[in-house]
Order: sequence, then structure tokens, then C-alpha cells
Amino acid sequence: MALETTDIQNRIIEKFADRVSDFRMEYDILTFEAAPEIAKEVIRYMKEDEVLRFNFLTDLCGVHYPDNDKEFQFAVVYLLHNWIDNVRVRIKSYIDADKVEIATVSDIFASANWMERETYDFYGIVFTGHPNMKRILNDNHMVVFPMRKEYPMEDSGRSDKDDRFFGRTTNNYQPK
Amino acid sequence: MSDQFIDKEHRFAKIVSEQTFEDGRELSVLNFGPTHPSTHGVFQNILLMDGERILDADTTIGYIHRAFEKIAENRTFYQITPLTDRLNYCSSPINNMCWWMTVEKALGVEVPKRAQYMRVIVMELARITDHLICNGILGVDLGAYSPFLYVMKYRELAYEIYEEICGARMTTNMGRIGGFERDWSEAAWRKLDEFLEGFPKAWNELETAYLRNRIFMDRTIGVGAISAEKAMNYGFTGPNLRATGIDYDIRIAQPYSSYDDFDFNIPVGSGGDTYDRFCVRCGEVKESIKIIRQARENLPQGSYHADVPDYYLPPKEKVYTSMEELINHFKIVMGEIPVPVAEVYHSVEAANGELGMYLITDGSRTPFRLHFRRPCFVYYQAFPELIKGGMFSDAVATLSSINVIAGELDA
Repeated sequence: MALETTDIQNRIIEKFADRVSDFRMEYDILTFEAAPEIAKEVIRYMKEDEVLRFNFLTDLCGVHYPDNDKEFQFAVVYLLHNWIDNVRVRIKSYIDADKVEIATVSDIFASANWMERETYDFYGIVFTGHPNMKRILNDNHMVVFPMRKEYPMEDSGRSDKDDRFFGRTTNNYQPK
Repeated sequence: MSDQFIDKEHRFAKIVSEQTFEDGRELSVLNFGPTHPSTHGVFQNILLMDGERILDADTTIGYIHRAFEKIAENRTFYQITPLTDRLNYCSSPINNMCWWMTVEKALGVEVPKRAQYMRVIVMELARITDHLICNGILGVDLGAYSPFLYVMKYRELAYEIYEEICGARMTTNMGRIGGFERDWSEAAWRKLDEFLEGFPKAWNELETAYLRNRIFMDRTIGVGAISAEKAMNYGFTGPNLRATGIDYDIRIAQPYSSYDDFDFNIPVGSGGDTYDRFCVRCGEVKESIKIIRQARENLPQGSYHADVPDYYLPPKEKVYTSMEELINHFKIVMGEIPVPVAEVYHSVEAANGELGMYLITDGSRTPFRLHFRRPCFVYYQAFPELIKGGMFSDAVATLSSINVIAGELDA
């Protein structure tokens, strides 16, 4: 029997009540938000529960939302996959910009080890309890976290790519 | 003893200086890479050795990190394809197609059946070229050079097919949103037929040279083995996972680009060692040939691209003669395409495993965030686990058989 998204949702809500929120389908993947304090517990529960059985951590990455309120400026995105019922679930956990910390899941999924290091390297999100929390792709002596939006990639004086010259604002999408 | 370390803080320094044996032998540290020829790419392994045996390993990666994810946040969709080429450069078309499918999912573009089949052909061709390098190089690292050269001839032919399709050979930058940039030429189809005709014979030669070869079997069976549970825990996907006996393949689990139309098998191994990885890749090459044949025979009629003037570049001659097309051309080149606010993840079965792209758009011309889930990066962290307790020469064989591509590792 396939695992229905409503079943997943009910089961997780039953266990974690109001600390998980905003269940929605983002295209083909069920997405929800979990508070950073319990993200690890949610993942452990989803892996070990006999019905949910999310046995594979596909992906883990960070996102920076500079326009959000301070409490929600960073996000860690987990993508779990249940290979038995073939269902994917995405968990987003928003983190406070003043305390960029979240518990590691590398003791639940060994694959998270390097993915968390990469996330730390790019965004400076510290995974507490991680066995080797240091940079992985960039040089150890680097002082910035390059994927944060405040670090521009190119010379900010360039005007040839300025949106204003193309008569548009940031969001110009009009659904048909 | 400790003066042999560049970094005296390294955890191996302490072990080497404190460890004493009754017979007076000493532990040593071997620096394998970053420019060792048998690492096939730039990455370093610091090995703690007891004679020929590896006790522990420490991997350093990032030597060719090019900040693709940061660059992608500053480039339009059409400018991101060349970045994806340079992930796994042994099979760039798969990366290109994965990128287009991710974008199409976000934009809601339907791709015609014919273009989907053409994509399948080119993706399977790329899988073959990737596997033939991996299996060929495995032989080269074990001292058998010639079989690699038998099949290398056909990689050249495959690259000529890419050349006919898109003009480039290795970093292909192939395709468009919604399909291909042009219909495939006569020469492309002719060369594909030539490939299908000649390649299986050459591949059989490679397989016969290795498969029941006593030296090859002794060097690979039981070497660099990993159990299915561990492989899953370490995030293995692709042939390396299937060698352990798990039949997870995204082409079956979540079919994309009409893969559900084709009849093919998923070869699996049982021991998860170097030999099984070799065998799984051999099996996959044959299945890929089967898929290409089916797609070639049942190629549907229709267009090679979707009818989406907002996203698909108009033909060049019309750009020079018609106002409408000129405007579209300009807008697409400048990245002025209508993009919804979206959050999509799309994954394909790349040659090394699950290649996923996680795209967040905010309606502007560039992605808000683009994350590449690179299979190599995820499973290479298990490398110390794979080689611990083995001989140094086995580490070389293991490294070639898990097919770590530096470009994909470091992004």
C-alpha cells in the first residue's frame, strides 16, 4: 500500500503537534516546516517510524533569505526519500540569523556529514554535535561565508545588468 | 618522525609519533594526491599506513571548487547550462538535460514525445561514455591498458554524435528549454547507427578481457566492499549502490523523459565490491544500448522542441526579418523570460547516481537558489571506510571503480 501524503502529514502532526507547520505540495514534493529545535527529532522519527520509513537522506542544503525577518533568515532544507513506498518529503527549518545553529543529523544519516560541512562552508550554519565542523570546499582561512546574499559575486558598480534598464521589477511574473 | 608533516596539527601526526611497536617498525603517512595520476582528478588523500596496509585515511577536497552555486545565482537560465557541463564532464549531456528538465518543471513546459526520446538517446549515450571511461580506467589502473583503447575509439564516435547534435564534444551545452536547438542531422543518425553496430562488439572485447580474467578477479573481488545498509546510510546511489544489491534507479522509481516507455533491466550486484561495481556498469552499458535501439526504432513523429516562444529561441533567419521574433530573441538572450515563483527538485539517474537540482526562483531572471545534489560528493565521503584495512594498490582500484569525477565532487 502506498503511503499517502495525508497519512504522512497526519502522522507527523500527531507526534509533533504545532511545532511542524505549513504542509503543502511544492510541485511533486510534500513540503513542511519544522522548528530548528525539533528538526532532528522529526527526521529521526521519520526514519525510525514503522509506517513512514524515510530511509534515505537525498539532499541537505542551506538557503539564505535576506528579506525575511531576522528569526527566519536562514533555512536548512532536508530532502528525505522513502524507497519502500517511493515518496519524497522536503523539510524546511528556518533559523535565526543571530543564532545560526541547528543540531546535526550526521549521526542519523552518515551522508549528512559532508553535506552539513558544505552548508557550513557556504552559509556559516553551525551544526551542533557534528564530528568535524569545518570548511570543506573553500579554504580554511576564508573569513566570509560566500553564499550569503550580502556577498556580491561581481563588481557592484556594474550597471549593464541592472533590472531598471529593462523596465522591470524583481517579480514580473503574470500567470496566464 | 613528526617532521614529515606539513600540518603538525593533523590527527595522524599524533598517532604516528606515539605509536610504538615491539619489532621496531613505524607507522607512516602517505600523501596520495592531489596530483597523483591515479586519482584521476585533483583531490588529496592522506593515508595512515602500516607498511602496505592502510589504517586510516583523511580526504581533502575542493581543489577545483568553482562556486557554481554562487555563479548560478547571478546568471540567467540559459547561462547556467555551461556550468552543469562542468559537473560530471564525462557525461555532460545528462547534466544538461537534468537542468532543462528542472527548468521545465518550474516553468510548466511540456516537451514533445520526439524530443523526450531524443533526450533519452543522448542521455544513454552519455551514460555509455561515462561507464566506458570508468571501467576502462579501472583496467588501466590494474595494469591492462589495451581493452580501454578498444572502447576509446567508440567514445570518439559518441563525441562526434554530440558534435553533430550541438557542435561541441565534451562540455556540450546541449539543448534548450523545451527540447533541442535543432533537429538532428542525417549524419547524427548515421553515426548513431554506426555506434550501435560497432560498439557492442568492442564492449564485448573489453568485457571478455576482464570479466573472467584471473588477475583482474583477484585484484577486484572483495576489494573496497561496502554493505547495502552502509551504502544507503552513506547516501550511495547509482551503480555503486546497485552493486550492493539495492535496485534503486530513478529511471524506474520516478520516470522522467518517457523512460517508462522502454523495456530495460536494472543490473544489480551482491557484494558491493570493486568487481560488482565493474559488472553492474557492464550490465548497464548493455541496457543502455537496448534503450537507444528502442528509442531509435520507435522515434515518434513531431517536433524536436516545445512550442514555447517565451522560452525557446526563434530561428535565426526569422530574427533578422520579423519584429516579433527579434523581440523574443532579445528577451530570451537577456534572460527576460516570465518565471513563476517556484521551488522544484528534479533528479535524474546520472552515470554516477542521483543527480538532483534544487531550484528556487523568485520571479527574477536568475535563480534565487540553485543547489546541485552531486552523487560523487555524497558518496565519496565513504572512501576512507572503503579502503581501511586494505592494501595501497587496492585503494587505487577502489578509487577508479567508484568513479569519482573531480568536477562533480567540487562543483
